[in-house]
Amino acid sequence: MPKILRIIILTIVSLTFAASAAVCDEFTKDDLKQWNAQFMSSVKEGEKLFHSSLGRNTVSCDMCHPNAANTHPETYPKFQKQLGKVITLGDMINWCIINPLEGDKLDLDDPKMIALEAYITYERRGVKLAPGKH
Amino acid sequence: MKKNLTRRKFLKAAGIAGAAVAMPLSLVEFSWGRNSQENFTLAYVSDSHLTHIKGGQFVRNFDMGLKKAVTEVNFMRPKPDFVVFGGDLAQLGKKAEIDHGLEIMSRLRYPVKWVVGEHDYYLDLGQYWSEKVSKLHYSFDHKGVHFVVLNSILTYDNWINRWKSPAERMHQMARLDNPQGSPFMVRDRQIEWMKKDLSGLSKDTPIVVMSHSPLYKIFKPWNFWTEDAEKVQAVLKPFSKVTVLHGHVHQILYNQIGNISFQAMMSTAWPWPYPVSYAQAGNAVPKLTVFMNRADPHSERDATGWSIINLDNGRVINDFKLWENTNRTLRYDDKLGYPVDTKYQNPADRIPPQEHY
Ligand code: HEC
Ligand SMILES: [Fe+2]
Ligand SMILES: [Fe+2]
Repeated sequence: MPKILRIIILTIVSLTFAASAAVCDEFTKDDLKQWNAQFMSSVKEGEKLFHSSLGRNTVSCDMCHPNAANTHPETYPKFQKQLGKVITLGDMINWCIINPLEGDKLDLDDPKMIALEAYITYERRGVKLAPGKH
Repeated sequence: MKKNLTRRKFLKAAGIAGAAVAMPLSLVEFSWGRNSQENFTLAYVSDSHLTHIKGGQFVRNFDMGLKKAVTEVNFMRPKPDFVVFGGDLAQLGKKAEIDHGLEIMSRLRYPVKWVVGEHDYYLDLGQYWSEKVSKLHYSFDHKGVHFVVLNSILTYDNWINRWKSPAERMHQMARLDNPQGSPFMVRDRQIEWMKKDLSGLSKDTPIVVMSHSPLYKIFKPWNFWTEDAEKVQAVLKPFSKVTVLHGHVHQILYNQIGNISFQAMMSTAWPWPYPVSYAQAGNAVPKLTVFMNRADPHSERDATGWSIINLDNGRVINDFKLWENTNRTLRYDDKLGYPVDTKYQNPADRIPPQEHY
């Protein structure tokens, strides 16, 4: 490798290190505000999805779970006797999409699934974790 | 012909003699009190929420609930004198939904008394319901009991007029957890009518009021609430035996406020959470209520059902017919002065699924 090129690479690497050090140093109130805004926009999107027909029969989640009540996100993962195994909140959301809503399940990393989880969990904020509880 | 009459008379006389021997108590009941009410039963079916998808398609799950109730009521023994439908026949007040409901309900062998719910009303403000189904408020007498049916799901005019279209208004009212919702009301005109309706009655006449919303205040964010409930309660105060039967809440819920017993009916479509399970707002869920079992979502008909109401000397005995759970009975306790669950009222007798969180 020509010397000049090696110097350039080294310079880039050291510049990157310098930059990342600054990023990780600390975060500001503005950062917090921005991250919270990002999260709340997912909550809002989830609220919209939760109140819309995600399946094929016009039924929506809020019809049976006003304010996402009785979704108990704090109890997951937990054993579901009908499925015979320990499942996540996302699995249970999918179960309700397939059954009462007569729809197709979402991938667990689908932004829509994440938004639904964000909304459901946000409506349950402040409640103690109780994994496995029935 | 003559011979036949004699024979029939003989059979009747023999029957009475037989009954007197077998159950002398029944003769005592019939001669009870000044109003001499007879015991009678009625069936109470509520909140079927039939939901139109498109064309001739409806949500199967909710259709099944109402059809099951209709079939069972037709097999009910003793036969009910009549059936009450407690409101929310439809989901979005559409003609297709109301017609579909009337068709399923027409298979009942008994007359029906109708209560209107918000899901039946807010598309056309009760027009189709009044034309096709029933008056919105009325009263009638049956075997010594005075029944008053109220339209308790009215609301403020400002709210009714703020929406761009009737369909938008209906959607807004149909969303239970709507922050832009509006509380249910009976409103002064109807309360005045009720006052007049009750004015000629002696104060020991048993009164049964049937409304869609609970005529007391439980949880405003979901409209488990009637804004002018206290005014209605005041009109009922002078009477010694008053029961309010209501729908809307899709759960077992009962209370006693002064002289008035309140009892909610099950939905045939789906159960609702108790407001205690929403962590972000306070509630006034009655301490008296022993909660229904938490539903298993894998069982469509869990925590749904209907009621057999027995008017025993003017007090309501409520037999919940729960499709996936042990049946439960609420009975007014004369000594305590409020309705109690005959099996689970004592906290030590309750079971884990009755804990809601
Ligand atoms: C027709 C009624 C109905 C609809 C619509 C419905 N659910 Fe459910 N769901 C239930 C019932 C009933 C339960 C059991 C509730 C309980 O545990 O008390 C349940 C349970 C759940 C649970 C598990 C709760 C626990 O305690 O473990 C989650 C999560 C859930 N639903 C999410 C959803 C989502 C998301 C939707 C929309 C995609 C939805 N549900 C639509 C009836 C419904
Ligand atoms: Fe309802
Ligand atoms: Fe209702």
